Parts: sequence; C-alpha cells; structure tokens
Amino acid sequence: MTATLTETRAPIAAPRTFTRPGLVRLTGIELRKMADTRAGLWLMIATASISVAIVVIQLFAADPPEQTFVNMFQTTLFPVAVLLPVLGILSVTSEWTQRTALTTFALTPQRHRIVVAKALASVVLGILALVPSLGFAAIGNAVAGAMDPAAGSWQFGGLLLAYALLFNVVNVLFGLAFGMLFMNSAVAIVLYFVVPTVWSVLTSMISGLKTTSEWLDLSVTSTPLFENAALTGGEWARLAASIGLWVVLPGVLGLVRLLKREVS
Amino acid sequence: MISVTSLTKRYGAHTAVNDVSFECAPGTVTGFLGPNGAGKSTTMRMITGLTPPTAGESMVAGKPYRQLPNPAREVGVLLDASAQHPGRTGREVLTLSARTQGVGSARVDELLSLVGLAGPAAGRRVRGYSLGMRQRLGIAHAFLGDPRVLILDEPANGLDPEGIFWMRGLLRDFADRGGTVLLSSHLLREVEAVADRLVVIGGGRIVANGTKEELLAAGGVRVRALDPGTLQKALERAGLAVTAGSDGALSVQAEAEQVGQVAASISAVLLELRPVDTGGLEELFLTLTAGEAKETAR
Repeated sequence: MTATLTETRAPIAAPRTFTRPGLVRLTGIELRKMADTRAGLWLMIATASISVAIVVIQLFAADPPEQTFVNMFQTTLFPVAVLLPVLGILSVTSEWTQRTALTTFALTPQRHRIVVAKALASVVLGILALVPSLGFAAIGNAVAGAMDPAAGSWQFGGLLLAYALLFNVVNVLFGLAFGMLFMNSAVAIVLYFVVPTVWSVLTSMISGLKTTSEWLDLSVTSTPLFENAALTGGEWARLAASIGLWVVLPGVLGLVRLLKREVS
Repeated sequence: MISVTSLTKRYGAHTAVNDVSFECAPGTVTGFLGPNGAGKSTTMRMITGLTPPTAGESMVAGKPYRQLPNPAREVGVLLDASAQHPGRTGREVLTLSARTQGVGSARVDELLSLVGLAGPAAGRRVRGYSLGMRQRLGIAHAFLGDPRVLILDEPANGLDPEGIFWMRGLLRDFADRGGTVLLSSHLLREVEAVADRLVVIGGGRIVANGTKEELLAAGGVRVRALDPGTLQKALERAGLAVTAGSDGALSVQAEAEQVGQVAASISAVLLELRPVDTGGLEELFLTLTAGEAKETAR
C-alpha cells in the first residue's frame, strides 16, 4: 500500500538552475517601491504641487524681467531639494520601520546589491525629477511671456541643466545616506532637517567657523551650481568636501551598519 | 532539503540557540515545535541568512541560503506575516516579489486566487488586512516562486479553523509532490495533524527529534484487560514500565506488539490496546519544554 503510494507520487525533478536578478531589475524595483506606497505617492504629489505654486507665485510677485525660464526652473528645484531626499530616506528606513527588510533580504541575500540598487534608483529619481521642473517652468514662462513682453526669456544652457541634475542627485543621495545611517524613518527625517540647518546657523554665526562653513556647508558649497558659469577648481573642491561629509561619510557608515545588522 | 548543523546564536551572555542540528528531507513536513522564546524564529532566520550565526552552518537546497542565486525560486519563506508595508496593496506586495524573482505576473493572480485574496481584497492596502489575510498573503508569497522547499514561521497564527485546515491540505500536498516543509508552531495540535517529523526545541536546545510515530510511541500504549491486576504483574515481570490509571486501564511504556505478546503468553483477555492518543505527544511536549524551562531558569 505504502509502496504503491510512493510510486504514484510525482518524482523529484532534475535540479533546476536559476539566474540571479540583475542590477537593472533590482533598481527598477527599488524605484517602484519609492512610489507604490501612499507616503511615497503623496510626497511626490506634494513636491510637484509646491513647484507649481512657486511658478505661479513668480508670475504675480516677480518683476517681469525676472520672469525667465531659468529663474522659474531653478526655483522649482528648492522644493525638490527639500522633499525628494525624504523619498531617499524612506527607501531605506521603511525597510526597517515597516520590517519589509525581512522580505527584501530574503529575496536578495546579497545586501550590498540592494544598497547599490537603492543608490541607482535615487540617481534615476533625481534625474526624473528634472522633467516636471522643466515642464512647469516652461508653462510658467510661456504664460509670463504672453502677459508681459518684458518677461519670458527662454535663455538656457546645458551647463545649468547639468548642474541642476547634479544638485538633485546629490540631495537624494544625501537622504539615502542619512536613511542608511539611522535606519529609522522618524529619526532620520528629523535629523535630516535639523542637523544641516543647525550646522548652517552655527557655522555662519561663529566667525571662527567661517572657513568650515565655506568647505563643509552643502547649502553654501552648492550655490555656484545655480550660476551659468563653469565651477572653478576651488568650487569643485569645496563641493566635493561637503559631499564627502554629508553624503559619503554617512553613506559608508550606514553601509557597514546595514550589511551587519540582524534582520528581525 | 534543509540541513542544519550545530547552529548556535549568542547575544552577549544569553544563548538563544544552542547547538541545534536537524535535517528535513524531501517529501516530508517537519514540525518545529517549542514554546515562545525557545529559539524557533532565531533558528529560521539563521537558516535564511538574515541572522548571522555565532557558530554552525545550515544548507538549503544544497547551499548556504546566502549563496542561492535566486533564493525565492528554491525556498519559499514566511517569517512574519505582519512584516509588510501597510501602505502597499496585497497585489503590489506579490508583484514586487514576482518581478525580483523573475516570475510572470500571471503567477501573482494564480496565487491570489489560491489563497482566497483575489478580487477586491487584492487591491486593498495591507493596513486594512486582518492577521489572517496577512498570513494568507504571506503563504501566497512563499509559494510564488514555485519553490521545492518551504520555511514557515507560525503560519497558522491568525488563521481561522477553516484556514488552518486549508493550509494543512496545501502543505501536505506540497510535501506529497516531493517538497520539503519546515513549519514552526508553539501549539502542538497545529502541527500534529500535518507533520511527519517533529523537532522540539526548548531553551534554545533540541529536546526531541524524530518521526511523529517515534515520539508518539514514547507516550506508550494504553491497555485494558478483564483482569488488570494479573496483566500488570505479567507486564512488570517482562520488564516494562506500567502505571495503573484510575479507570482500570494501564499505561505501558512499550510498543503495542510487546504488550500483546505478554497478554497472549498469559492468555489475558484484552478489552483495549492502543497508543496513548492526543495526550501523549502533548504531555511529552509539555514535560520536555517545562524541564528545559526549569533548567534555563536555574
């Protein structure tokens, strides 16, 4: 009886081979995970709405000669710079706060590959975020030009676009690095807003810290990115130094923490 | 196929898992039993590469889990049904996983209907799911990659009796088709009905490991005879441990055949002879784990 049963069972099939998912696929999934939750979706909607509002305000408040494509485009970058990094933060911290790391790292046990995918997804997000900024600025500028002949200059350069891209990408990676370091949504978001601000205030108030501010305050060192002129060697060096402090350092510490941390 | 060799996990002075070894063969369901805090979840997290062990090793499908190229295609894992982002829909949770594993989206629909979450439930956010629904989603997730091995931590938690019955059928069928199942529970009854083998853990250490029949037999047999006194003496003469129950029945630490032989040799008339049911394994489970608990407390 038992023998008959054993025979009728489906035999164990030959060993199967599977390929590991590629980085492009993992990056696509991480990008999707940034937008498929309610929090992620609303953050994106909020960012876009504030950008639109800023363009509209300029239509009414700015002097007509100031109502140019470049100005409108660059001002939309500020709400993006403030809110988009939160998506970078949540991309890491929600894995721990919502405990989805249990699934993520069971599916992809090579944790560094998930970190690389999240970093690449952040870069893509920073690039994609330029599209609505460009679109809102174009619409705003067209309206401005129609309302007043003195407004609506379309002058724009590839350099400005490249710098805007760098600005966006650095900011999202800044958020990601903070998320990796603190691994808790609330803590990381609060510190992300508080620490750089306090740092800026302190270093600008205390005269002895002036040099520090020039080199290690990202809000200071990123200012040249908004001018239509190539950065000088010194400006690049200062920007690199502050990126090192705010992005690379927390990123590396966070990576070490994330690779070692027990998932439960 | 799962093999665990001397897995140990220490947190400071506390040893959560102490030298745990066992194997799960294809075609079997292994029940991993122990009270809460006994080390079941820690062991399962070590097997799935989420917790680095202090010592020892484990293999799944012939490799350490972290070396599997696409683990979800070989091992279905459900460690905690509550560990899902509340803001994602049930379908989205499965879709993300299906894309990572490289299985088609048709498989997502297939699994959603298998676990009874098809239709509007699939489009709802996990925040609005009951624990039972989360558990079903977790089971769907474990089966998604069509794996040969399943590792499930307390999958019956939150399921209603009908759901538990359904899950048993699912796991039995999976094992009968050659799959390997490791399933944990702190409730003996939950796994007794489906498991072929039992691994009992208490205080981080394995206290019993064997087929369900072996462990059941350890509970002995129950025998009633027309003349219990004579039979008891005969059984004791044969060197068997006998305890007399209040209803005239005798509990004997032996196989039914041994008791039958003794009864036949003295031509005793038997009214009943069977393995000690239900209580046996439960008692074993309770005494083993209680003993361990005492030992740890000391």
